[in-house]
Amino acid sequence: MRVPVSWLRQYVDLPADLSTADLAARLTAFDLKLEEIVSSGISGPLVVGRVLSLVKEEQKNGKMINWCRVDVGPHNDPSVPDAPGEDVPSRGIICGAHNFVEGDLVVVSLPGTVLPALGFEISARKTYGHVSDGMICSSAELGLAGDASGIIVLEAGQGQPGDSAIELLGLGEEVLDLEVNPDRAYALSLRGVARDAAIAFGVPFHDPAELDAETVATEGPGAYPVVVEDPTASPVFAALTVTGIDPSRPTPAWLAQRIELAGMRSISLAVDVTNYVMLELGFPIHGYDRALLKGPLVVRRATAGEKLTTLDGVTRTLTEADALVTDDRGPVGLGGVMGGEEVEMTPTTTDVVVEAAVWTAPMIARTARTQRLSSEAAKRNERGVDPTLPARAVRRVADLLVEHGGGTLEPGLTLLGTPPVPADIALHADLPARITGVEIDTVTAVEALEANGCEVSVDHDWLSVTPPPWRSDLTDPYDVVEEVLRVVGYDRVPSLVPVAPAGRGLTFAQKLRRRAGYVLAGEGLIEVKTFPFAGPADWDRLGLDADDDRRRQVLLENPLSAEEPGLTTTLLSGLLRSLVLNVGRGHADVHLTETGRVFLPQTGSVEAPIYGVDRRPTTEELSALDAALPRQPHHIGVVMSGERIRSGWYGAGRRAEWGDAIAVVRHLAAALHVEVDVQQAQLQPWHPGRCAALVLDGVTIGHAGELHPKVLKAYGLPPRVVAAEVDLDALIAAAPEVGPRPEFSSFPVAKEDLAFVVDASVAAGDLERALVTASPLIESARLFDVYTGDQVPEGKKSLAFALRLRAPDRTLTEDDIRTAREAAVSAASEATNATLRT
Amino acid sequence: MSAPNSSYDPVEVTALRSDEIERMRDEALAAIAAADTLEALKQVRIDHVGDRSPIALANREIGALQPQARKEAGQRVGQARGAINQALAAKIAAVEAAEEERALVTEAVDVTLPWDLTPVGARHPVTTLSEHIADVFVAMGWEIAEGPEVEAEWLNFDALNLGPDHPARTMQDTFWVTPEKAAMVLRTHTSPVQARTMLTRTPPIYIACPGRVFRTDELDATHSPVFHQVEGLAIDEGLSMAHLKGTLDHFAQAIYGDGMTTRFRPSYFPFTEPSAEMDLLCYVCHNEPDEVGSCRTCKGEGWVEWGGCGVVNPRVLIACGIDPERYSGFAFGIGIDRTITSRYDIADLRDLFDGDIRFTEPFGVEL
Repeated sequence: MRVPVSWLRQYVDLPADLSTADLAARLTAFDLKLEEIVSSGISGPLVVGRVLSLVKEEQKNGKMINWCRVDVGPHNDPSVPDAPGEDVPSRGIICGAHNFVEGDLVVVSLPGTVLPALGFEISARKTYGHVSDGMICSSAELGLAGDASGIIVLEAGQGQPGDSAIELLGLGEEVLDLEVNPDRAYALSLRGVARDAAIAFGVPFHDPAELDAETVATEGPGAYPVVVEDPTASPVFAALTVTGIDPSRPTPAWLAQRIELAGMRSISLAVDVTNYVMLELGFPIHGYDRALLKGPLVVRRATAGEKLTTLDGVTRTLTEADALVTDDRGPVGLGGVMGGEEVEMTPTTTDVVVEAAVWTAPMIARTARTQRLSSEAAKRNERGVDPTLPARAVRRVADLLVEHGGGTLEPGLTLLGTPPVPADIALHADLPARITGVEIDTVTAVEALEANGCEVSVDHDWLSVTPPPWRSDLTDPYDVVEEVLRVVGYDRVPSLVPVAPAGRGLTFAQKLRRRAGYVLAGEGLIEVKTFPFAGPADWDRLGLDADDDRRRQVLLENPLSAEEPGLTTTLLSGLLRSLVLNVGRGHADVHLTETGRVFLPQTGSVEAPIYGVDRRPTTEELSALDAALPRQPHHIGVVMSGERIRSGWYGAGRRAEWGDAIAVVRHLAAALHVEVDVQQAQLQPWHPGRCAALVLDGVTIGHAGELHPKVLKAYGLPPRVVAAEVDLDALIAAAPEVGPRPEFSSFPVAKEDLAFVVDASVAAGDLERALVTASPLIESARLFDVYTGDQVPEGKKSLAFALRLRAPDRTLTEDDIRTAREAAVSAASEATNATLRT
Repeated sequence: MSAPNSSYDPVEVTALRSDEIERMRDEALAAIAAADTLEALKQVRIDHVGDRSPIALANREIGALQPQARKEAGQRVGQARGAINQALAAKIAAVEAAEEERALVTEAVDVTLPWDLTPVGARHPVTTLSEHIADVFVAMGWEIAEGPEVEAEWLNFDALNLGPDHPARTMQDTFWVTPEKAAMVLRTHTSPVQARTMLTRTPPIYIACPGRVFRTDELDATHSPVFHQVEGLAIDEGLSMAHLKGTLDHFAQAIYGDGMTTRFRPSYFPFTEPSAEMDLLCYVCHNEPDEVGSCRTCKGEGWVEWGGCGVVNPRVLIACGIDPERYSGFAFGIGIDRTITSRYDIADLRDLFDGDIRFTEPFGVEL
């Protein structure tokens, strides 16, 4: 809400020496938060001048300029001898505009004037063969709206040469731009802000809505016929007619200036007056050109699919929830939101039907939302207006039209319905003190509320508060507390640390997620946070098959980008984008990780229920809410590119390889005391031969390995990028509360190396598993060599394992060792058809 | 070896004369002193205390002496040998030490050579600040609550006194899940976690909820469609705005240091009443009169905006099944991303989310 300070001061007796900054600070403390103080920023000698003479001089480039002598009163400079008219006290000024003649009053910025729109200080300068001793200004140069094609020509009599044009044009005005919260609808008006300023400074308030009651209530013949068919849409409706307005009459300058300072455009007298009164009283008003209306105005709900072209030129399809004003032809206005194009007031309108109606606030909110139309009217109507104002508002408009447009007030006022009476609010007198922690006694509370326009009655320890009609937001005892605290001062709230009962600390899952974070950092990975938005372009780059489940995503109604219509099902979409960015910025060795949720939609269509708010939903109802939501497990994603071990002066390093991706997950699992099996797998976007499934208790919880060359090409990434993605929630769910007990034998170890020949397709992991489970005496089996070549047959490979044998209770005998060795060989043969290499 | 010379009496054996023994000893000591390698010392040992050394040969002659002279001669030889062996051992130790010293000198390296074979990881400041904040509240006995990011409309809005036609709903530019009648949103705040906690637990409740939230803001230097906040909620008997202020002051001190404080300005949130914006004392100039004027962080205000807060609206308590006659509470929320950008003077919010490793690296694993 933009509030011109001089306009505000008309309604509240603020101290004359109060600075705008202090006023704003106090209003901010009163919940009218200052966004900024707006002013023209113009300073220096900006004055009225009279053009004494004007000589047209054509320049070599064909451009015509005017060499003018301008009388600027006391600012004239007799020392400039340049002709013509040098004998008359004046200043010589070059002007390129041609919309003025000798004798016109113009606005002159003399040397020393600062015009923010130009960005520099005006000075005398030589141009077109003359010294131009100032500048004749256009609207744009002064930062004003209006015709920018020429300079400003003032009305004769608007001022005298030498008068300050800053005051004349209102350029010295300061405007408070206030942020008005949704509960303070009344503050979307000069009236409301002035009332708060009056309370804040303890000074008298002059209500612009205080009109002579008798002139307001002249209901009678001549009134424009109105039928309110649906009072639930509009409980109060007032209309008044003014005829014979002279369309040639301009909007008075002061009025145009006020509404422009308040951020609206001056259009025509009739339109400007309705806007002026809306700003003044906070009550939206609509004017119809009576000559264009056909028959009575009717207020009803729209039928589904009914159409109306509003005066912004948009044809709107309506629903049964929207309110309409119609005449015999059909809809002529979207009730409380915007008028219709067909009956709009025009520059030739002479007869106006002025409408001021109360509209049901939630209905307006819904219409504004569904039509995506946030008009000045809707903004006020959806928050709630003062329902006692309609008759006075139309009268205020009519009076201004009569006064400035030469119109005639038609005798009859249409006034339908009665304003709703606000409900009393009962509260215990100690509630303000109890809720705020500030010592507030009953007298203080009552005074604060009465200052806000409430009526308060005290009955023992109870207060009964009747809110004023402009405070439809005051409904609950706690609302009343806020009003009291606003007056008492939020700065009075003391500081007291509450003592919570002994807490249980972080949950197990929270602790493990932290632990995982440290493990990933220990693996040399840099954590990133990417946006979880993705779409088909990502799935295509990742090479996902058409029927891949990960293409089924939670879609959004209003995604920011059509490229990313929904939420991601894999962290790799974001990680690979970050990797592309890093590689593009010249980083060769990049190791990234992200921990975040992925979003896995339910099958079929699901709707989350909406419950009432007058009670707690039942436990079953709450479960239904959760059941509707998509699954959103935390995943950990990892991508690595470039060298995992850096090359250096010491020699060659090593590129990140498929095994590094698997190792990260293994280390993570180990840190959570979870055993994860690594199995050969094939899944996009991984390399079909270099992809591991990570299996936990028979369930695949992730994959790791090298990415598919096609995927890397699609992303424009260098070859051999490796990646892993694993379900962190699944790892955490499997993690034991307490880690395993250390178990080891102090008897001597026996070492046996065994080399097996197996088919090339045999997984080393399968052979290893067979060996370690072959005998309880086999402590570990570590693969130390993989060989293919001349020494083994075609299609075979040799896998060599170092076995460590040990018993928990004795030193092994030769027999023990031989038995264990034989068990290992036969288990290997059984599991993988392995033969001992000889 | 010669047989005992028992046929002569007294027997004079030259080799066992004390001047002779002394000479052998002195020669040996001189040889030890002259030798300065282990190799030379080995030869010295052979020459002067070996089986064929003069002193060993002299020792054999002791048997030729009269019994009464043997003891004295034996002592003389023993002492000389002792002196030689001692000197030898000392010299060997000295030479060994010197050789070791020399070897260490030749093994010296330039320790400023880079040794950066393995990459160093780092955690995102949003993660570490969230954890740091969680720790502050856990230390106060609070607990950390979490909830889903795709949330039911009822929990994100209705339960929080943001009914379908509430004007404030449009203030929170919401991502809606398709289809709209599915009544699900990307949570616009972490407040639904508070609702979930109130719905499933009985007071006293003291929880903090850090998390990722979403609004349909286009990404630019100061706005992001995805951001992070932490909200707090306390429900107990007898809680007031004073407890809210005390909690926030403590929180501010834990994050920004001693002497920090907050101030309230009236505001509006549907889920709290009374509601307030909270400002944080400027953590750079502390609103000190001679510094505040030129402070870039608070732009001369002395205070910086920190978040919103208020007393929990009884309507929210009712929707969540808590008796507002018995319990009251307070809630607050601050932006984690903005806390980071302002504290570390980061001009562009996008740096937090585009994943450039140089952004995260300096933060290490803890803030």
